[in-house]
This record gives sequence, structure tokens and C-alpha cells, in this order.
Amino acid sequence: MKIWRYGDNIDTDMLFPGKYVYTCSIAEEIKPHLLEDLDPSFSKNVKEGDIIIAGKNFGCGSSREQPVIGLKAVGIKTVIAISYARIFYRSAINQGLFLIECPEAVEAYSDGDKVEIDMENGKIFVGNKTFIFPKLPEQIIAIRDAGGLLEYTRQKLKKR
Amino acid sequence: MDMTFAEKILSKYSNLKEIVPGQIVTVQPDHLLTHDNTAAIIQKIKPEINEYGIYSKSLPIIVLDHVIPASSEKTANNHKIIREFVKNNKIENFFDVGNGICHQLVIEKGLALPGKLLLGSDSHTCSYGAIAAFSSGIDRTEAASLLLTGETWLKVPKSIKIDLTGFLNPGVYSKDLILHIIGDISASGANYCSVEFHGNVKNLTIDDRFTIANMGIEMGAKNALFFYDEVTKKYLNQIGVTDSSYNPINADIGAKYYKELKYNLNEISPVVACPHTVDNVKSVEEVTNIDIQQCLIGTCTNGRFSDLKIAAEILKDKKIDSDVRLLILPASKDIFEKALNYGIIEILVKAGGVILPPGCGPCLGAHQGVLAPGERCLSTANRNFKGRMGCKEAEIYLASPATVAASALFGKITDPREVIDK
Repeated sequence: MKIWRYGDNIDTDMLFPGKYVYTCSIAEEIKPHLLEDLDPSFSKNVKEGDIIIAGKNFGCGSSREQPVIGLKAVGIKTVIAISYARIFYRSAINQGLFLIECPEAVEAYSDGDKVEIDMENGKIFVGNKTFIFPKLPEQIIAIRDAGGLLEYTRQKLKKR
Repeated sequence: MDMTFAEKILSKYSNLKEIVPGQIVTVQPDHLLTHDNTAAIIQKIKPEINEYGIYSKSLPIIVLDHVIPASSEKTANNHKIIREFVKNNKIENFFDVGNGICHQLVIEKGLALPGKLLLGSDSHTCSYGAIAAFSSGIDRTEAASLLLTGETWLKVPKSIKIDLTGFLNPGVYSKDLILHIIGDISASGANYCSVEFHGNVKNLTIDDRFTIANMGIEMGAKNALFFYDEVTKKYLNQIGVTDSSYNPINADIGAKYYKELKYNLNEISPVVACPHTVDNVKSVEEVTNIDIQQCLIGTCTNGRFSDLKIAAEILKDKKIDSDVRLLILPASKDIFEKALNYGIIEILVKAGGVILPPGCGPCLGAHQGVLAPGERCLSTANRNFKGRMGCKEAEIYLASPATVAASALFGKITDPREVIDK
């Protein structure tokens, strides 16, 4: 499992360049361009279960769900950041990608540290330190448990 | 309990008497804006649209503006899919290629009104705070869900109060003010928050407020708002909206704010946001003489009549520098027509400007005016992210239309006051 470490204000153009927005919308089209202008090695080397650790305001910029769809498709387990931009955060909920906002864990991390996540109990282990991240509100957990927003909506429509 | 604007409007739309920041509420927005991305949105829910139909034909506002006219077979086909969807579902508010940028049209056509709630699958949906509406950006998946159900969840945001005093000096514009604020509080300074502008705003026109609210997202805000006043009322009357068709919402006097900030407009001077973040703001004096190859006046941030007029006043009877391309994008067909009638387009073309169709143009790097490696663009748009205009080795600087027009004359970043005073 690899940790991909990035800084503050990783914007939606770095995560997925705008020039592909109207030509790539499904996972297979998105994957090769993921993080293209930020880290060209990412799409070639990322593996299932990898984690991204980033600074403040991760995902700022456009309403652009390709980065979320792409990160989910390549198997990124989670992103741990100091903070997120709100549209990106919502988008991750909608796609069922789990984001963790935990400034302490980001600050504690140094290159080479082992990172483990206990999703159920809201714990992150960085090196020999443990951090707790807050539980999501019930309504959001319901979307997650349904498998993302569209599945949640489909179930709701069926019940009507 | 006294409430902020966001608390009050979300309490109204969720039918809850009292709500607090952090609470999750369910709302039914008045409108849902989508643009060229409508094709991808409806693609996600094709079987559901067939089985259940869309929630209502009056909910969506669909505008083709991002890649217009189509730049490839793929984008042309997207537009075709959207037109068919509009016809089959009898969508009431559809604006085809050439009508203008979605956010401009929503305001210009009276679709955003004081006290209304709008969501859109575009981050600059926050623009309608200019007209005292609550509006915010969402993603494509959520737009798809809204098309089917008409409802979604929102977290009640904390609110930031920005109190303005004084008046902007000549050569200084609302763009300078909002860039100054973003530079001050950072690109994440208002994350998840509702931003309210208070104080001396009576000299800020709807165009000024539009520029400011539009850039709320560049400091992370959920929405950015100017309260309903005489300026709003006059504008709405001008576009044919009667006072009885809306109910403005005001914040309560005792509302609690997470942060309160004060800015004296007299102290604001022309600024430029330097690569590659919007909060990398410097005074124009610090960056004077940086040479530029492309200038862009337009976009949902600064493509209005008043913006084109300011540029024309600076460029009248002059020629832009021979090493610069000047691209001009009126934000809508109506603005384009008005600028034509007032002779503004003629002035801009004679000065060397290239007029692009009313739409998003090169702002998002998909077509029309993509940059080459090593080039610099001075733009009135809202984002200067690396690669934003199609090339990661290019640089984007952001400024007011006056600064961009003045800079086009010399081929380098120029203080507009030097040109305006003379």
C-alpha cells in the first residue's frame, strides 16, 4: 500500500484537467488523466488500497466529479486531508468514496510512516500514534450504505 | 431565535422552525441548473427517467454554454442528446448555443429571485447571491438525483459577516475588492460557510455584486449574498419582474456569526491574482511590467455590459500591443446586442479585440483560446489554476476588466489608473 502525499489547494484542474471534462465521463476514460497535471506518475503506479494524504482545501474549484469517479475506480481507499472543498466532499459522498478530515493525522505523518484506517470506529493509526475522526451524520451514512446517491435515490423511488 | 440568512432560508425550505449550523436538512430547490454536463447527467439515470419520469419540467434550467459551438463530434452529440431530452420532457427553461453563460441567463431571465433557493451542477452557481437568492453548487450525480426526486440534503452552514464601509476609488472595481478579500482570508477562508455582505453596498450595482458573489466559491463559500435593497428592486423592475413575485429574506439583527470581517472600500486598490491560486493576490504595482500574450475580457465573472463598457472607454481610438491577443466574450446575447447598439463592440474590434460567442469560451481550457507552454494570460475570469486554460506550462493572472484592457495596450500588466487618469 502506497501513500501519495500532496500539499494544500489541490484543485479540480490538477485532479482532472478541464480540457477532458466534456469528452471523458466514465471511469475507463478518466483513469489515464487522473492527476495528470499534478503528478504524471500517479495514474501509472496507483494501486488498489492506496491512500492520499493532502493539506488544506483538497478538491477546490469546479463541480467536477471525474476526479472522484477516477479515484474510486483506481481503488484509492481514502483521502486524509486537513480540509476539503465542499462540492468535492459532497461528490465523494455521492460516489461512495470515503474522505477523512483529520488535520492532526496529516500533520503527524512523515514519509515512510505506516498508515492504517479503522473505518468502523473512526480511527487512523499513523506510525505509533492514533487519531480519531468524527462519525458521519446518519443521513450521510444511509447514502453510503446504499452504495452511493444514485442507488439511494433508486431505492427511494421504488418505495414510492 | 435570531437567525442568519442561510439559517432563515434553510429553515423555510425545510419547514423546520429552528435550525442550527451543522444540522442536515432536506430541501426542495426552486430550480436546478445544469449546462453541457446535462448529457452526462441524464445518461446516469436513463432507465429511471423512462420508468418514473422527471420530477418536474419547471425545475431544470438547462443552458448550452461550456463548449459552444460544439468543438468536436463528441461535444456536438452531447448537445444533440440534451436538445432531445429537452423536447421529450418539455423542459420549460432551455437556452441553446449563443444565448449566453448559464449564470448570466439565470439572473437576466429573472429565474433567480430574492428569497429563492437554487442548486446547480456548476461551482459558480453561488452567483445568484447577487440577487439575494440562496444558491450553491453540487455535482452531476446529485443533479441527476434531483431531476428524479426534486429534493436533496444540505448542511446548515456557519455564516461569515463581511461589513463594507467607504467607496471604491476611480480605477478600482468590485473584482479588486473580491480578489483582495480572497487574498486576505485565503482560498479556503470561507470553506463550508455562507458569506453575507453588509454595510455600505448601495453603490455596488447588480453587476458588481454578481462579480463578488460569483467568486464566493474561490474562498470556499457555500453561498455568498447581498441582501435585497433598492438596487436589487430597481434591477428586477428593469428586467420585468414585479415586486409581488418574490419574498426577500433578511438576516435577523441578533444573528450569530462565526466570523465578522470589515473592509474599507477606500483602502482597496487594483490587484492581480497570480499563478496558480486565486488567493495569490498582489497589488498591481508589484506585477507591473510582466509581459502577457493573451488578454481575456468576459466569462461569468466579468462579461457584463458594464465590464465591456469599461474596457471600451480605455481602448477607444487606441490599438492593443501587436504581441497580444485580446479575446472578448460577452456573457449573454442580450449583453452582446446592447454592446453592439452602444458602439462598444466596434471600439473593441477596432482596437484589435476578437469577439467570441456568448459562452464560457477559453475559461475552462476546452477550446477557443487555449494557451501555449510559456505563455501568460491576463484574464477577468475567476480561476488561475495550473492547466486551467488547457496548458499546464502556461500562467494565468486574474484582474478587473480595466486592468486587463489597460494591459492589452502595452502587452504587459499595467495599472489601469495610469490610463484612466490620462
